[in-house]
Amino acid sequence: MFFIDPHIHMVSRTMADYEMLALSGVVAVSEPAFWAGFDRSPAGFIDYFRQLTEFEPRRAAQFGIQHYSWICLNPKEAQDLGKAREVLAEIPKFLSCPSVLGIGEIGLNKNTPNEAKVFQQHVQIAIDAASQGAPGSKHALILIHTPHLEDKLKGTRMILEMLRDFGSAIDPARILIDHVEEHTIELVKDAGFWAGMTIYPISKATPARAVDMIEMYGPQRLCVNAAADWGISDPLNTHRTVLEAQRRGHQLPELLKVFHNNPAEFFGQNPKFTVKPITMQPPA
Amino acid sequence: MQMSQSSPGNLTAPEVLDAYFLEARARLIELAATLDRIDRAAGSQAVQSDARLNFIHDSLQILQRTQPGRAKAVQELYSLK
Ligand SMILES: [Zn+2]
Repeated sequence: MFFIDPHIHMVSRTMADYEMLALSGVVAVSEPAFWAGFDRSPAGFIDYFRQLTEFEPRRAAQFGIQHYSWICLNPKEAQDLGKAREVLAEIPKFLSCPSVLGIGEIGLNKNTPNEAKVFQQHVQIAIDAASQGAPGSKHALILIHTPHLEDKLKGTRMILEMLRDFGSAIDPARILIDHVEEHTIELVKDAGFWAGMTIYPISKATPARAVDMIEMYGPQRLCVNAAADWGISDPLNTHRTVLEAQRRGHQLPELLKVFHNNPAEFFGQNPKFTVKPITMQPPA
Repeated sequence: MQMSQSSPGNLTAPEVLDAYFLEARARLIELAATLDRIDRAAGSQAVQSDARLNFIHDSLQILQRTQPGRAKAVQELYSLK
């Protein structure tokens, strides 16, 4: 079984994790820019973007893993509009780095007006970047974080509404809305966006509930990740989800679609992403 | 032996709630999903009278009680008499 990990924060992980990912069939990882656990200065962001675009691809390559990243100011640090302005000004030049797939993970954290403003500014940067190397597309790919716990439903609705306000300037097929759960997955899929499900202890989905959602809402336009970061998280939760699905009798070709080919299809809309979908013959 | 009403370490009730709320929430969602999973599966009607499903429903009644001793009562419910 091969995996593309669509959402993982490798800057917070060790070389042993890269080795474990390689040993467990992960051929590529996608790393959105996120919160470091403390608020950074604008200069700190530049260093972080360099770490994502220069250092992590080299670390991953030592284990035969392709490393891709997403650039943005994460929603948790979007309260300070002055800082946001400085960081956002740096984003366009990083978008042209050879391993950067697009803008992300933008979104909302506590659903504040400032967060919303910075979210819209990021979407506009993605639209402005359409001419910069995504031929024929309306905008750069966008990866969106939805808020945690009690803020998720309201935040997801706000995000969908803000995207709707961009009208025909946005293409739902080029946007993935992440961390969906039982109460938000339909909203996202019905509006035509890609959905990401996160298997994360306590605060998000579990392997069993993720398989439930794949069964109930179908494998189309759906990716599964563990969003492993500096918290109590586990990159192998994606693999545990495959085991849970197999326990219920789901076959590997079907699982390959969700865990490898769907991310390959979504990310592959940016020609920089070179891992192609693979097919597996169903058992006779 | 009488069940002691000693407090959980030196935590106050708001601190206990802070410490354990998210875990309890996650377990409730997991249980809800488990019940949904049974309903979605073939033959779900046939298990509606299964004693184990009744245990789950009866346990939920015990959880609604306002007195301590709920964990012991749920364990007794699942025990051979
Ligand atoms: Zn993340």
